[in-house]
Amino acid sequence: MIISELKPFPEVLGYLEGEKKIFLVGCKGCAEVCHTGDEPQVLEMKQQLEQEGKSVTGYCVVDFLCDKALVKIRLLPHEAEIDAADSLLIMTCGIGVQATSAVVNKLSHPACNTINAGGARGEWRGSERCRECGDCVLDLTGGICPLTACTKGLINGPCGGAKDGRCEVEPEVRECGWHLIYERLKKLGRLDKMKAMPPPKDYGKMQPPKELRSTIMWALEQEETKV
Amino acid sequence: MSLREALKSGKFVVTAEIGPAKGVDVTEFLENAELLRGKVDAVNITDQQSAVMRLGSLAGCHLLKEKGGEPVFQMTCRDRNRIALQSDLLNAYVFGIENVLCLTGDYVTLGDHPQAKPVFDLDSVSLLQAARELEQGRDLAGKELKGAPKFFLGACVTPGADPVEPQLIKMEKKAKAGAQFFQTQAIYEPKKFEAFMKEAKKFGVQVLVGIVLIRSAAMARFMNKNVAGIHVPDEIIDEMDEAENKAQKSIEIAARLINEMKDMCQGAHIMAIGLESRVPAVLDAAGL
Ligand code: SF4
Ligand code: SF4
Repeated sequence: MIISELKPFPEVLGYLEGEKKIFLVGCKGCAEVCHTGDEPQVLEMKQQLEQEGKSVTGYCVVDFLCDKALVKIRLLPHEAEIDAADSLLIMTCGIGVQATSAVVNKLSHPACNTINAGGARGEWRGSERCRECGDCVLDLTGGICPLTACTKGLINGPCGGAKDGRCEVEPEVRECGWHLIYERLKKLGRLDKMKAMPPPKDYGKMQPPKELRSTIMWALEQEETKV
Repeated sequence: MSLREALKSGKFVVTAEIGPAKGVDVTEFLENAELLRGKVDAVNITDQQSAVMRLGSLAGCHLLKEKGGEPVFQMTCRDRNRIALQSDLLNAYVFGIENVLCLTGDYVTLGDHPQAKPVFDLDSVSLLQAARELEQGRDLAGKELKGAPKFFLGACVTPGADPVEPQLIKMEKKAKAGAQFFQTQAIYEPKKFEAFMKEAKKFGVQVLVGIVLIRSAAMARFMNKNVAGIHVPDEIIDEMDEAENKAQKSIEIAARLINEMKDMCQGAHIMAIGLESRVPAVLDAAGL
């Protein structure tokens, strides 16, 4: 299971600065269990946003938001609502945000921090996408994780090592993550996101307490050792 | 004159670089430093260049400073976390080293210890932010310092990158984070550099154009194939190929490039990579 927690609301609101119309996406997978992206949380977020003067063009709670193919199908009936929105707010783990970003041509903001994947990689299994950093920066990067897509995990833009869009490390198989981020943000007309100056990353959040880094399986194992 | 003063004076500034030895025999390092003494305004000391383990930049800067040189302390984020990086910034300051070039650093697998754990806790932008914080008398954790350092901060940019826009975006961030001067990756196309400078000018920083001395046509071809953001045009490669006296030609090309780009920026950064002895001749040929 992938454990996520909702970001503080002011942080989420900060991402939506200058945007008026938002489409919400929730998840009935792990995010339902974590109470971060199930329908009640989505509706609560809708209310909170409306109180702040935003309008919510619609919402959709997908069974598994980490399943890229599925996301595309589930969002299809909402095309008009998504078209009407300035951006999307995604209430699930980093993989779900990236899966949505990959199929929708609008900026997708993360509403959650991903704390622990418990060994899972979500249903979009092509590659490692989230490193459970506990302080999701996908808002700044067009929904492409700089911790996994960039070999050095840089959060401020590309190093000088990219050549023809490939990383300086294993160029045969690795695209430069920041080249991808640049291309995506450029396509979305949001290069301003790349110019943002985030504070140095808090890697302390990558080491939350053991119970948060673990799954229900771990809790069971703990019980087992007692008998 | 310090690098800061030299750039302030409005003269065309020249910097060069030397890499410390792999080991503790500093004879060659000091010879190279002596060759450059009085000829250039400052000398960068590389930090485990290409991720190859060697004597450190801080020790190199200290040695150079003792000999009356003006060092630029190159720092990468590959090998140290924010605790060690901030500490080394303080170390540099107490040794009287003011100039710091903040870099991300090549990945470990490119060097001679591919088994090493890469760090990248900070990156070039956040390292600049850290140095700025220290100057304000506190560290990245917000803790107060007993005595604050003062630096002249620099960074690097690749004007020949394709596309160049991501480089410009990051350059602007570096400038905002505190970089006052930039030493560029090598560029052999004055037209491209001119277009780059048109944008870069807006950031209000001082730019030293990077020149890597070309040893041979083969080296130029190698760089074109393998080094990010460097493109040596065919004309220069042919020139090198046809030249009888390659050493003379390499000096001539570097001097010509400097002169072609001189009016576009505030200085030149010459990377001789083992050919430090040719730097004075390049400067003579360029009339500097
Ligand atoms: S920034 Fe990347 S590693 Fe961190 S939570 Fe988001 S997707 Fe996961
Ligand atoms: S080349 Fe691109 S992906 Fe590779 S380390 Fe540099 S910025 Fe990251």
